[in-house]
Amino acid sequence: MSLAKPDSQALSKTQKIGVAIGVIGLFIMTLAFFNVNFPNKTLFLTLSLVMITLGTIIFSNNAYLTKHEGIKNDGVWFKSIASRGFWGWILGIVLTLFYIVLYFKAEWFGLAGKGEANTGLIALFDPLSYLLSGGPASQWFVYGTLYTVAILIFGYKFILKYRHNKHERIRTYSVMFFQLGFAFLIPEFMARMNSDSFHLPYYDLKNIWPLNYYNFDQYRVNDFISSGTIGLALLIFGIASIFIITPILTYKYGKRWYCSWVCGCGGLAETAGDPFRHLSDKSQFAWKVERWVVHSVVVFVTLMTTAVIYSYLGDDSSKYWLTKNVFLIGVATLLTVVFALVMIFKRQELAKDAQYGAIGYFVIIIVLIGMHYFSGTKNVFLVDTSFLKSSYGFLIGAIFSGVIGVGFYPIFGNRVWCRFGCPMAAVLGFQQRLFSKFRITTNGGQCISCGNCSTYCEMGIDVRAYAQKGENIVRSSCVGCGICAAVCPRGVLKLENDSMKGRINSNDILLGNDVNLMDLVNQK
Amino acid sequence: MEHIVIIGNGISGITAARHIRKLSDKKITIISAETEHFFSRTALMYIYMGHMKYEHTKPYEDWFWKKNRIDLKFGFVKTIDTATNTLHFDNSETLQYDKLIVSTGSKSNKFGWKGQDLDGVIGLYSKQDLDQLEALAPNKEVCQRAVVVGGGLIGIELTEMLHTRNIPVTLLVREDNFWDGVLPLGDAQMINRHIKNHGIDLRLKSNLKEISADENGRANAVIIEETSETISCNLVGLTAGVTPNIDMIKTTGIETDSGVLVNRYLETNIEHIYAIGDCAQQREPIGNRKPVEAVWYTGRMMGETVAQTICGNRIPYNPGHWFNSAKFFDIEYQTYGWVFAKPKEGHAHFHWKHDDDTKSITIEYHESSNEFLGINTFGIRMKHEVFDRWLTEKRTADYVMEHLKEANFDPEFYKTFERNILNSYSKQFITT
Repeated sequence: MSLAKPDSQALSKTQKIGVAIGVIGLFIMTLAFFNVNFPNKTLFLTLSLVMITLGTIIFSNNAYLTKHEGIKNDGVWFKSIASRGFWGWILGIVLTLFYIVLYFKAEWFGLAGKGEANTGLIALFDPLSYLLSGGPASQWFVYGTLYTVAILIFGYKFILKYRHNKHERIRTYSVMFFQLGFAFLIPEFMARMNSDSFHLPYYDLKNIWPLNYYNFDQYRVNDFISSGTIGLALLIFGIASIFIITPILTYKYGKRWYCSWVCGCGGLAETAGDPFRHLSDKSQFAWKVERWVVHSVVVFVTLMTTAVIYSYLGDDSSKYWLTKNVFLIGVATLLTVVFALVMIFKRQELAKDAQYGAIGYFVIIIVLIGMHYFSGTKNVFLVDTSFLKSSYGFLIGAIFSGVIGVGFYPIFGNRVWCRFGCPMAAVLGFQQRLFSKFRITTNGGQCISCGNCSTYCEMGIDVRAYAQKGENIVRSSCVGCGICAAVCPRGVLKLENDSMKGRINSNDILLGNDVNLMDLVNQK
Repeated sequence: MEHIVIIGNGISGITAARHIRKLSDKKITIISAETEHFFSRTALMYIYMGHMKYEHTKPYEDWFWKKNRIDLKFGFVKTIDTATNTLHFDNSETLQYDKLIVSTGSKSNKFGWKGQDLDGVIGLYSKQDLDQLEALAPNKEVCQRAVVVGGGLIGIELTEMLHTRNIPVTLLVREDNFWDGVLPLGDAQMINRHIKNHGIDLRLKSNLKEISADENGRANAVIIEETSETISCNLVGLTAGVTPNIDMIKTTGIETDSGVLVNRYLETNIEHIYAIGDCAQQREPIGNRKPVEAVWYTGRMMGETVAQTICGNRIPYNPGHWFNSAKFFDIEYQTYGWVFAKPKEGHAHFHWKHDDDTKSITIEYHESSNEFLGINTFGIRMKHEVFDRWLTEKRTADYVMEHLKEANFDPEFYKTFERNILNSYSKQFITT
């Protein structure tokens, strides 16, 4: 009996052709990786990218356009690749190896040493890099190109899959636009503007600190300041992004405006990662781990950035107003104001979590005071700040966001990084939980506890636990992708921005029962 | 400590247990012979379709029960000795109770068809039914055709399930249109077309005459009453509704009819024994409701109510405005208040349908007073809370049509149809 497999997992003939074309496209890159020196790199790179794209389009068209509009989750748990089966593990291992080489052994991809020309895979991408930025490719250019292609082609697939759902379509157009424009093309064009005399840091402008943890490093700040008005404007934009723009948008729309509409990590998770969204762990235990880990990363990145900036500031206030001590006092004041406001106005909602918040706050403040007393010019607490930074870059920037975050898509789901590691998501989430109009509204007593919402929540939120209590979902981790609402068979969930009043509304007795009983039991 | 025993771990029994725990420290034991833990019955279809695994259908993690001191016992109750408050299990174990809640749910209807108990004939209600289905119809090679008998909510679910594994399905519907005992004609016919659009062999006005067997005693064909046509198949799904699962109760002193008879307090004829959910039958029907209501929401509501009574706050089961929902392949359905297949005397219907044939609404209202009585909505999500309020406030149909936008619950950016609906509603009165 167990030999008789469900039929719905089989690929159609057309889908197999699509897969074959895509694999040939990937094979060209593999050959380049093994140092096959293609005579006409422009031609072969184009061929490779076109075949990968074409293969995905053929596959998607056949998979979705041959069927009625609607939810397309048939056989998800029967597919080896989507249910941690053989192909899932193979894909996970290949992706993980790719990331390890990318971060730690880029020369294996053919990255040139000083004064040499690129070889291998990176050389294959040289023509495109010259076209865009005027310079040779790097491992990051190869990665950026493949990343963008992945978001575009799997975004196309996602749009077909959810073609009945305008919310999902628009959201996907948005992540495709921001990846192609802001993350890929604009930085390349910015690079083109640079010369020997003008050196502006070129980067993904929507990549905001603390996700972009190196944004305030000394060399970057120096470059910003020395690049005239535009450089200064970018530096101010970088600071305003996290302290002004982000809070306003998150207040109005929840953190989804960033995490599932703009962010590149989110963009990949929502497109290429979509087939793995159901693999996230929904247990309460995972939720506990998530809260400790992600908030520890926030504390880490805050201290690391503070220490790095502290280390390059001067002591003499007559030279520049922002000295080491002014900076430390500034950071401490800002954190105190935030902490005090939360404790005064939101204490009730935080309940037990307030204690953890207080612990985190005092740890940071004590470390800041410690910095003042126990630090030399280059080190903080006798620890070299560059070591602090490189540890963060290695542990969080490379291992967590890349190797585990994407490499483990087929094992832990597509939002491991966003859920457990991203300090930006944690900061936005904190605000979403306490100061935002966003929530997922539950529709009265219509929930049948089926579990589709929880199963397909990529952030591992047990959506059903709220829906079956008639309670709105107001969770800091929710990225607002909207899939819970889409897969709900009874129209119970809706993502909305509404007033703050009555946003959290737990009910023990649901709408539909005796009105007097509801009043009696639900009064808190 | 008072011992509350609950037979059946479906939504009604579990809800009762949870609320008793919230209200008291009583000892609680839940007995089931179906599964060790509570799962959502309505989600069974998604397991077969590959959307979820069994563990995803469990609304509470397994540690929940111990933490809340709710004992779970896997076993089959053979009989109840109501004189000594003792349950007797089929393995001759016994269990004493102080108060007993019967929430044994339903079983599939069988109307005495010839061949209804053959191998290869299944219902779709329990986890066991699902396991059997998986064994009988894993794919289209093993199951080359299935016949589903019964044009209701479970019938269309089973049809959709089999369809996802590319198994050809014939759906036999006794009535003129799909579920037309409940749905008004316009709605029912739209669903007819939707079913056919998915490639289902929908047979209206077709009764099952008998199921024939091969030499091994396995179902191999059905014969249709009206045409005497024989349709060969490897699987027959009997989904012509459900009936209370109370064979065991009938051997006790607890009074039954088609279900366990209860008063408005959900009390049976025997003190300290209550019945809730699918298996309970109201002695006097409540409003337009049927005496037996086999619906998820009513089961939950009865559980919420009986917990109060057991914990000292004796209150009647007093459900509010009727509501329900379902999904027919890709079309979601919600209903609030009462819309009957044919308008009741003095009532009228207004029906609107979108050109794409996947969205429609029907409202029922009082002809002379224009009072709004209920709505069926297909393909457009609407807010429970808003309709509940409008029904309580006894709003007119005119008011509801003009304010329909307030009730919209579709995702953001969706196209809305309120203006279109209002125009067509207003036109109706100009022409008549």
